[in-house]
Amino acid sequence: MFKKMLIDILQAYGPSGNEHKTARILAEYMRPYCDELWVDVLGNLICHKKGISGKKIMLSAHMDQIGFIVVDIDENGFLRIANVGGILPPLSVAREVVFENGVRGVTYFETPETRDAKAVATVPNMYIDIGCTSREEAEEKVQIGDMCIFVSNYVDMGKRVASGAMDNRVCCAIIVEAMKEMQSSHDVYAVFTVQEEVGLRGAGVAAYAISPDLNINLDVTLTGDTPKTPAMSVALGKGPAIKMMDSSVIVPIAVRRFMIDCAEQADIPYQREVLRAGGTDTAAIQKTQKGILAGCISIPSRYVHTPVEVVDMDDVENTVKLIRVIVSKEQLPDTI
Amino acid sequence: MLRRLSEAVSVSGNEKEIRTVLKELVTPCDDIWTDTMGNLYVHKKGMGKKVMVCAHMDEVGMMVKGITEEGLLAYSSVGIDSRVCVSKRVFVGKDKIPGVIGSKAIHLQGRDALSKAIPHAELFVDIGAENKEDAMKYVNVGDYICFDTAFSYFGNGRIKGKALDDRLGCAVILELLKKKYDYDFYAVFTVQEEVGMRGAMAASYQIQPEFALIFEGTTANDMPELEGHQYVTKLGKGPAISMMDSATIVTPKLFRKMKQTAEENGIPYQIRQGTKGGTDAGAIHKACGGAWAIGISIPCRYIHSPIAVADISDYENTIKLADAFLTGHKIEEVK
Repeated sequence: MFKKMLIDILQAYGPSGNEHKTARILAEYMRPYCDELWVDVLGNLICHKKGISGKKIMLSAHMDQIGFIVVDIDENGFLRIANVGGILPPLSVAREVVFENGVRGVTYFETPETRDAKAVATVPNMYIDIGCTSREEAEEKVQIGDMCIFVSNYVDMGKRVASGAMDNRVCCAIIVEAMKEMQSSHDVYAVFTVQEEVGLRGAGVAAYAISPDLNINLDVTLTGDTPKTPAMSVALGKGPAIKMMDSSVIVPIAVRRFMIDCAEQADIPYQREVLRAGGTDTAAIQKTQKGILAGCISIPSRYVHTPVEVVDMDDVENTVKLIRVIVSKEQLPDTI
Repeated sequence: MLRRLSEAVSVSGNEKEIRTVLKELVTPCDDIWTDTMGNLYVHKKGMGKKVMVCAHMDEVGMMVKGITEEGLLAYSSVGIDSRVCVSKRVFVGKDKIPGVIGSKAIHLQGRDALSKAIPHAELFVDIGAENKEDAMKYVNVGDYICFDTAFSYFGNGRIKGKALDDRLGCAVILELLKKKYDYDFYAVFTVQEEVGMRGAMAASYQIQPEFALIFEGTTANDMPELEGHQYVTKLGKGPAISMMDSATIVTPKLFRKMKQTAEENGIPYQIRQGTKGGTDAGAIHKACGGAWAIGISIPCRYIHSPIAVADISDYENTIKLADAFLTGHKIEEVK
């Protein structure tokens, strides 16, 4: 059941700034579990489940994904592009891409020498081939300003699964799953944010409007459990990673203590996360209004921003449990 | 009007002169005020949506950071590339002390130096002072330095001058203020855009618009040796509609509506192909509960230098496009 939903959410089209299709799918999944839902001016999907305590918890996960935007179409029908979010060019060539209208293409890069093994792809020297032979033909399919995403398979390896959209659709699916059997006296706002990958632009706007007493954001994080990766204590399968700090945010001690207490009391395995480089929506949320208490739970993921982002289903399950415990608490942290 | 706007001396954080000029030029309206950061607001009351049009009034320049024993001024850049600074005439401080930026004569430079750009640290402003003590009579650390460039028309419908980024945007707004729109209409001339959209952030908290239209002078790099996909904009091809830059992704429906407005009204336009650089839209669209924001840019060659070149038809068509969008109630058509 969960896997079917996850696959559905992973396959939705939603590069930064063009998340409406993903929002529509998530809205369908969320509708049975909330009292009202709406999309704000930037495209954030906000789902509200009413409570009685007078306090507000905001759960958030970004639903956008990285991709490319078309900046020019040449006379031979090749599309020139710019990146939307943190593209890794060497890992982004010779890949299949798809546009919102279903047009398919493949990426490659300028190689003056045939099969030059030392040639390096950069975004400016990359292009997309959509199988057209002229500008006119290409313009019938795609226009400047259109965005595409990478096509990736869902690789089911049993306990562990891979996809190019795990960042961050796995967290979107986790929130939907957690809402299914949620017990909370608080108003719970599940927010699927836009434009995280281009600089945390959507989340602050949603948090400003909701002004929650506590935000728990969900995102993927890196791991240190593959050959010769930089030292990092987070590993797949060891539970949700409770964020201490990354380059965008320092989680207030009270909030991280609260999350850890929730995990320990419910016997949910967890790990502590310190990420050297990289940021998440928590940073934008904590700085809006008069300041908002905000924390983050990360799903350990290998190979982030590639077509094979791997997560562990035990971590996913334990994160669902942890969120349910967190929202069930009467007493929320109220100072740092 | 364009001459007065271009020649006003107002480097980021020191926008008083341009603000004074704008206050004189602005059409009478319901309210006009300046906030603590220096943003200038003009309000024309109306019943419809709260709409904000915005252009930044600051320009790139420099600031005195020290004075040498010889009386030369060391400076810090405020948004400027050191390659454009050598051998330029400048004004220093509020008394507009004339100066020149010099470097060693070619005879004294080694071969290596000739192939490199001279960094700001090796450039100094010479105000003709005998020594430090003499220089201190006229200038001090913290004084602003601005390029001394006369505005003029040249060629066939082209203009040249400094600060066309974004005094052309300011001029567009002055024109729009002469008209009447069915909106609660705010025009904001922002400060400190060139150092990171700092004024616009404060302005959007103050106004909290539902929709914002940003006018910018943007890079035109229609120059030799560039391939089609490397252009940002081209001179004379019409207003450049933004789709994405490093600070904003324009809502696709809004982007399409702006293109459609131009097509319906027979106004030439181009798409701003470059995705680098940011404008005040970046601050405005994510302030408070969010807003729809889109930029319309006037292509300018050589921006962020002592002299830029623009085509007057692009300026006029920018006014036409904005007017058509506002008069035609296109905002309401975007669902």
